Amino acid sequence: MPKIRNLEDLRKIKEQATDLTAARSGGKTRIIIGMGTCGIAAGARAILDAVMKELDKRGLKDVAVETTGCIGMCQEEPLLDVIRQGESRVTYGKVAPEDVSRIIAEHVVNGQVLDDLVIGRTD
Amino acid sequence: MSLYRSHILVCNGTGCVSSGSKEVMEAFEKTLAKRGMDKEVLLVPTGCHGMCEMGPVVVVYPEGTFYCRVTPEDVTEIIEEHLYKGRIVERLLYKEPLKATEIPHYKEIPFYSKQYRIALRNCGYINPDNIDEYIARDGYQALVKALTEMTPEQVVEEVKTSGLRGRGGGGFPTGLKWSFCAASKGDKKYIICNADEGDPGAFMDRSILEGDPHAVVEGMLLGAYAMGANEGYVYCRAEYPLAIRRLKWTIDQAKEYGLLGENILGTNFSFDLHIKEGAGAFVCGEETALMASIEGKRGMPRPRPPFPANKGLWGKPTNINNVETWANVPTILREGGEWYSSIGTEKSKGTKVFALTGKVNRTGLVEVPMGTTLREVVFDIGGGVLNGKKFKAVQIGGPSGGCLTEEHLDLPISYESLTGAGAIMGSGGLVVMDEDNCMVDVARFFLEFTQRESCGKCVPCREGTKKMLDILNRIVVGKGKPEDLDNLEYLAKMIKETSLCGLGQTAPNPILTTLRYFRHEYEAHINEGRCPAGACEALTRFIIDPEKCIGCTKCARVCPVEAISGEVKKAHVIDQDKCVKCGACMEACPVKAISRK
Repeated sequence: MPKIRNLEDLRKIKEQATDLTAARSGGKTRIIIGMGTCGIAAGARAILDAVMKELDKRGLKDVAVETTGCIGMCQEEPLLDVIRQGESRVTYGKVAPEDVSRIIAEHVVNGQVLDDLVIGRTD
Repeated sequence: MSLYRSHILVCNGTGCVSSGSKEVMEAFEKTLAKRGMDKEVLLVPTGCHGMCEMGPVVVVYPEGTFYCRVTPEDVTEIIEEHLYKGRIVERLLYKEPLKATEIPHYKEIPFYSKQYRIALRNCGYINPDNIDEYIARDGYQALVKALTEMTPEQVVEEVKTSGLRGRGGGGFPTGLKWSFCAASKGDKKYIICNADEGDPGAFMDRSILEGDPHAVVEGMLLGAYAMGANEGYVYCRAEYPLAIRRLKWTIDQAKEYGLLGENILGTNFSFDLHIKEGAGAFVCGEETALMASIEGKRGMPRPRPPFPANKGLWGKPTNINNVETWANVPTILREGGEWYSSIGTEKSKGTKVFALTGKVNRTGLVEVPMGTTLREVVFDIGGGVLNGKKFKAVQIGGPSGGCLTEEHLDLPISYESLTGAGAIMGSGGLVVMDEDNCMVDVARFFLEFTQRESCGKCVPCREGTKKMLDILNRIVVGKGKPEDLDNLEYLAKMIKETSLCGLGQTAPNPILTTLRYFRHEYEAHINEGRCPAGACEALTRFIIDPEKCIGCTKCARVCPVEAISGEVKKAHVIDQDKCVKCGACMEACPVKAISRK
């Protein structure tokens, strides 16, 4: 282990360590995946894996990934919701693993809702 | 470092371990691995959450869902339902004892929502065995700031500004104490952390050491820098094996990062820290006895002055603070003394941790700002008295403290207000008592403790507490004499004024306060041979009401000593000479004809 010499060293360790507690501070943006029976049957698990992989690849640490049960739109599963801090909840339907990187790049990072995939929003 | 979408925090404090959290932890490990979820869900062992009564406690983030009394059998359901499908396992949620409403989120639980956590800020939130988690929560920032930007004098000033006072019970201003030691001339100085927590029912210091040991070490480093000490001791009682193990690990990790040892952060400040395990004597919590114990001598106090700041450990200038005091220091230096002094009352700043126990719905560890009322602690945070019984008193400050009554419930907690009412802040034990507690017996219990722990060096404490205990032992069996109360008061005042150390000086407090607020209970024991609470066995009588008795013979059949006689369908009577006061008849009676008097 390297010795800490100054504030800069400490900051580096802190930045690396932020991952350790980031999931506990509840992140600025939330991604919620429908993991009801309908969601799982439609392939939600693969979506969850894709989300984790993409967040890891981009080094996004302040995004909370949550799962939820069936919300009644089973025909649209897999469902993926994005809530950016202070913005409304946007729901994407029939999400495929290939869509995940676009959703994260355009919506989660840049705040641009993907018109072709969105099925609803709550204000 | 890989990214985890969810963190499962399993409490590994002593309370939760004893209710089975180790097995829960293992079950999580196995089940997560089996389902291939161990790369996306992080399992974190934490320190005490304070809500030990509901343990084992498991908190799932990012939602912050608070599960109680989790068993290994529940683990698969939590993983399948909550972590996989996102459905909260409602049957494991925390339930309010009074209402049946379920409160899933950590922060919404009334037990936590009224608390303000500074000393406990990381307890139950981080993995205490991982220094990086402490750093992620701004740990060691205060140390780097102090060593690179501040002079030792400025550090002392900052602590003075904060208004922090000794949390071990004495309440002496910490900054002032530091300035004495800093001003002391000497080639060698020591600082000591007093972790010899001995009050019955108190476990604040243990929880801090177990849940956030780095905070204590950082606090000591800051103190060492401020006072010019280069060696320190943590005097921890040997009955805290988990705390000692974590502390050792903490010291090793801090050394690896160069935060302890020679030339810390590349400066010429060096500091080494040792752990000394106490051998179980209560009096070793007293600073001069504690130092004698570290030196390898018998743990007995000596008269002061000379104060430790001038002549302490091995005759060198020494500063001793308690665990909770040290744990507050890093936050004070990081956020500033001004900020800290904005919390609390005019003379008592910041927060205080209390161990809430006794006849209260929610037992556990609470940290509240000074100035919070006893009512808020007992009723809002503690959820009121158990089984809807009537509140009688709260014993504050352990065996050195006193009993306060209903009229003190709206008293804002501060060093001054408690002393004014005859109690002391003490280390922070709060024992709630209800109508079934006999105050004479409570006073006797605490005196028996201090009497046994008296080291025997000075006469007032050694002989005086023995005499007082003799009187109390007489009163609780109904053999008290009318002059006993005057004698108790006389002895109490004498012991208080003439004892050598804090143990003797405060030992009479439980008696003085109960005499002050519950004199009628003493008088009932002595003059009427009656215990109003029905707690003193020798004075209780079980009586059958002949009007209510239906002569069912159930009582006579359960009585182990055949003290009950009577014909079928006629009123029964209890032979008081034979009765052993076991209460079995009262429980057996179907018409509640038997009462305890």
